[in-house]
Amino acid sequence: MRRFVERHPFGALLIAVAVAIFVWLIFAVWPEWLVDAIGRKKTFVNTLLNGITLAGLYFLVASGFTLVFGLMRNVNLAHGSMYLLGAYIGYEVSEATGSWFLGLAVAFLAIALTGVLLQVLIFRRMEGEDLRQTLVTIGISIIAADLMLAVWTGTTYQFLPPEWLFGAAQLPIVSVIRSSGDAVYIVYPIYRLVVLAVAIAAGIALWLFLNRTRVGMMVRAGVNDREMLAASGVNVQLVFALVFAIGAGLAGMAGVIGGTALSIAPGEDIRYLLASLIVVIVGGLGSVTGAALGALLIGLAEQFGLAYFPTYGVVLTFLIMVVTLAVRPQGIMGGR
Amino acid sequence: MDARRLFSGEFRLAELHPAKLLAALFLLAYPLFATDFFTYQIGAYALILGTIALSLMMLAGYGGMVSLAQLTVAGVAGYSMAIFGTNSVEVMGLGWPWYVTVPFAILLAALFSAFVGAISVRTEGIYTIMITLAIAVAFFYFVRQNYLIFNGFTGYAGIEPPTLLGVYWRDPVPFYYLSLAIAAAAYGAVLYVSRAPFGLALQAIRDNPRRMRALGFDVTLHRVAAYFLAGLVAGTAGVLMVWFNGRISPGSVGVDVVIDILVIAVVGGLKHPVGPFLGALVFVLLENFAIDLIDRERFNTVIGLTFLLVVLFSPDGLLGLFGRARDRLRRERHARREAQRVPSGERHPAGSLEET
Repeated sequence: MRRFVERHPFGALLIAVAVAIFVWLIFAVWPEWLVDAIGRKKTFVNTLLNGITLAGLYFLVASGFTLVFGLMRNVNLAHGSMYLLGAYIGYEVSEATGSWFLGLAVAFLAIALTGVLLQVLIFRRMEGEDLRQTLVTIGISIIAADLMLAVWTGTTYQFLPPEWLFGAAQLPIVSVIRSSGDAVYIVYPIYRLVVLAVAIAAGIALWLFLNRTRVGMMVRAGVNDREMLAASGVNVQLVFALVFAIGAGLAGMAGVIGGTALSIAPGEDIRYLLASLIVVIVGGLGSVTGAALGALLIGLAEQFGLAYFPTYGVVLTFLIMVVTLAVRPQGIMGGR
Repeated sequence: MDARRLFSGEFRLAELHPAKLLAALFLLAYPLFATDFFTYQIGAYALILGTIALSLMMLAGYGGMVSLAQLTVAGVAGYSMAIFGTNSVEVMGLGWPWYVTVPFAILLAALFSAFVGAISVRTEGIYTIMITLAIAVAFFYFVRQNYLIFNGFTGYAGIEPPTLLGVYWRDPVPFYYLSLAIAAAAYGAVLYVSRAPFGLALQAIRDNPRRMRALGFDVTLHRVAAYFLAGLVAGTAGVLMVWFNGRISPGSVGVDVVIDILVIAVVGGLKHPVGPFLGALVFVLLENFAIDLIDRERFNTVIGLTFLLVVLFSPDGLLGLFGRARDRLRRERHARREAQRVPSGERHPAGSLEET
């Protein structure tokens, strides 16, 4: 941090000013002219929170995608299908048992198992053939989407979260001060905040797993040099299967969480595949930190686009991708 | 080198393989004995899809860049036809005459394709497929939510080809010949480019970009130019497509259609320009007649399984299957002849012609 400030005094100053303005925008009561210029503060803060929670969801999906790619160089374009399948399985289980958490756990395990099967049956047979793997996963996702449509039809489903996650929380952020002098606080659904907490927890857990455990060390070694890791006596295939299980399981879990925050319907698989693709392209393929950064950027861009210029929202996301590719083709945190 | 001789006048009909001649004759005579449904819904449709897939084949086969945005490029041309030409929806429709709209739409599509290329060529290999897929999906969401220019969810309808020389060009037979002429021109152009210096350089770049860079070739420029050319092909097919359907909506540029084009190109084979047309024919036949075999609703499962089987067991598509069968036959014949002529001693290896 200090080195960064010493190296780029001007850049650091710019960042500091931006952060200060940002904090002021969140906590201060907006003066009239600002409200006239960009609308009510409530819209702004809600959009911001929506963007951050959406980013949490995107991170859950994309981190699995990027983890699998980073270690095995497998581009799994069936990742979106795993999200949707996880959501459906979780829905069925929680409907049958009445327990949302059981649904979450079963979705994680079922999709993790699917991931292992995919790795053992498909990817292991065509190691090093990038294009073929990609095409196979496209084929799988076509079939999966169609079969899911056959089983669960085109209906939109929505989970009910557990009781204590219902309701809204009052945040310590003042939105406006009424003429009577009472402060109006911003209210936000608790469940959305829990999504964010889960995403952060998952991120920290992933980081701890990768940086503080023996298996995580093997994974990192595998990312750098697969052959050397195998030569030093590690059963690489086992590590691969494990990472695939975690990556896929995260997607399945995200399905349940996302299905509760938003809804489940056919077509969501494509939406989350697109989100994962853009998040990892922007963040850098293979980097979990990059996925977090990319998810934050894309989540915010999507929500702000939706709120402030609805018919051009996608363009904003797209622009972020283009600019990233033009300036840093390997992504923000991607190494070569 | 026969394609270049074709263009420099040194072409003799006798050199043409009889099977090719037969295929050409069949395609020309097809509407004479086919019903309107077969001429329009099967024949013309397969030719259009094949032409779009041809642009993907050109990029993937010669340039090593699997771009999933080729249908989107065709969609840009289609939307341009609706926006700058006339449509029956009360949005946009600037009413330009067709002889301005058509070239303009194709050019716009080609420029869009070059833009896609410029974005994606800075990264290599598997990134291309991801970036182009992201572009295609983003375009789909964009046209769906933008009502000002693209008329959102509804899209445009009533886009008609002109009535020219007293012929209404959307009638099955004229439209079939129009599609055939354009498909043949695109096919010939791709074949020609593949053997011209530019195409050879492109294939060399596919095989070893670093060496080509060291030899002084501008790798990026070649790739972007390839995208531009592929955009011309896809854009032309896009104009035909919008005339064929008479309308265009986000569904026409949706992800499933984008994937369909990939399926067509891969199932047909990415090694030779004839592959995409073969794939398109198989695809259209499956699409129309799979209903008889299986529930109409489950068409995607059928096509997905076909795709999966081809990718798993014959990575170079139906053409590869055909090529391998021919090679084996030829090798056996060769071996038999060798065995008769030289009972012992050295044998010439009879390698596959495709690999040289």
